Amino acid sequence: MSKHQTIAERLHSQGFSRRDFLKFCGMTATIMGLPPAIIPQIAKALEKTPRQSVIWLSFQECTGCTESLTRAHTPTIEGLIFDHISLDYHLTLQAAAGKAAELTRQQAMQDNKGNYLLIVDGSIPVGNPGYSTIAGRSNKDMLMEVAEGAKAILAVGSCAAFGGIPHAYPNPTGAVPVEELITDKPIINLPGCPPIPVAIAGVIAQIVTFGTLPELDSLKRPLSFYGQNIHDRCYRRPFYDKGLFAESFDDEGAKKGWCLYKLGCKGPVTYNACATTKWNAGVSFPIESGHGCLGCSEPNFWDAGSFYKALSVPTGDFAQTAGYALAAGAAVGVASGILNKMKKRDAIGNHETVTIDDLERK
Amino acid sequence: MMTSGDFLFWVRGPAFQIATAIFAFGISWHLLEILSLGRKPDRSVPRGSRMLGGLRTIFSRSIADKSIFQSSAFTIVASYIFHLGFFIVLFLLVPHIMLFQALLGFGWAGLPTTLIDVITIITLLALLALLIHRLKNPVRRFLSTFEDYLAWTVTFLALLTGYLAYHHSIQPYSLVLGLHILSVEILMVVFPFTKLMHTFTFIIARWYIGANAGHRGIQL
Repeated sequence: MSKHQTIAERLHSQGFSRRDFLKFCGMTATIMGLPPAIIPQIAKALEKTPRQSVIWLSFQECTGCTESLTRAHTPTIEGLIFDHISLDYHLTLQAAAGKAAELTRQQAMQDNKGNYLLIVDGSIPVGNPGYSTIAGRSNKDMLMEVAEGAKAILAVGSCAAFGGIPHAYPNPTGAVPVEELITDKPIINLPGCPPIPVAIAGVIAQIVTFGTLPELDSLKRPLSFYGQNIHDRCYRRPFYDKGLFAESFDDEGAKKGWCLYKLGCKGPVTYNACATTKWNAGVSFPIESGHGCLGCSEPNFWDAGSFYKALSVPTGDFAQTAGYALAAGAAVGVASGILNKMKKRDAIGNHETVTIDDLERK
Repeated sequence: MMTSGDFLFWVRGPAFQIATAIFAFGISWHLLEILSLGRKPDRSVPRGSRMLGGLRTIFSRSIADKSIFQSSAFTIVASYIFHLGFFIVLFLLVPHIMLFQALLGFGWAGLPTTLIDVITIITLLALLALLIHRLKNPVRRFLSTFEDYLAWTVTFLALLTGYLAYHHSIQPYSLVLGLHILSVEILMVVFPFTKLMHTFTFIIARWYIGANAGHRGIQL
């Protein structure tokens, strides 16, 4: 496979027709929320663009993000995009190992200096670097080295974007997200545990076609995929509005598909595209399969209270707090009652009787 | 940097614990102190029952006397609308019931959220009308203290932020939900130390008046 093939040439060599190619451009425009008029521009850009060099670094992660992307059903855009970028380094997917693998990475960095995309999945242990090393080097060292020549960084998955599960209390490795270490490069966070494949593909498609970075929210997430919350787009939302809730995972309400708010669904505070793009080639998403949203694309989702506690319920044991406070208040109340009585008694004791003589003297 | 998620976690966690502690402590302290003040025993021969008089007055005072109603019809009607609306929103919105269930161990049926939404608007309007009514009249304005405005503000904010949270009027939702919970926590902290305590003390006051009348055999 020639590295200098354009995406259009590559599609053509795989037996895709011009029509297929334009369809692909149309889908790309759709997922990026662009008008149809832009499709010819996308086609033109893709026809001329050489394959984008991508270096993928995996740190403290579970490979779920890679699984999510590679197990996408063909022929999806994410599949196509993956075929048509030049993935120069990816520990899980590459054939090379050991020194050969590291040499590939060095080579790619040299050839595409300032122009390659860096994808990171997993958090970086800075408390004790020994928790995660590659070829004897700490994750932080490698990240700093590769980030230097990168055009932009995609922090894929909640671990790379926000620290994720390794960052959860008590964070034994001192895990941090990418944005805590890199401040001088454009960073795009694509959180989720795992993130939706089309979100990864869509951002890569935009960078490849337009050379621009997507518009981001305050948490550096692309608005095109993380602009709306699950609750607003949920097909169970009408039941929330009607006040119809499942009380347990197997009651009548659950069977009728009522809202899962009471069972701890975090849809109202979660920004992601699950409710619209869905998973497994559009089959369903967690809420559709009967479980509340965990809020996995939000920072610190693991530490934000029980997955099964409704959002309106405080996280701590406030009934106990209320009990202690009532008892303490009662004690103080009784004490001040006693003080008041003593004050009254003293006042009576110190009372001086005024006689007629006293009054006449004045 | 504190994200809106961190903020929501803080108000649902530590902040709620602090607010609950101050709220419960303050109420318990003040009620016990009021009750322990006691009254001088009335040694006169009773002409009726203190108990019956007290109990009856707790309820009978909820209905305004005709002449009083005529002189301040607006205040009474608007206050009624506000109080009823506030109780419905507080006790019959499902997410609120979840909170009481966590505290008490049992819950009850709620009303549809859209109905609660309409009631919230009516309640907010009643509160606004009461504030304007208070400000328009020079005597009422003169009699109003900082505490009156504070009690109004914390109540209004709790309702308003709840309304905004339901409509996702501020983005992200975790921020507006956090603001709503925080506004309620402010209400809880202010509650025991302001006239908001009338939620509990009205019972004591009405009981005292009614019991005295009952003892003297006054027909109410």
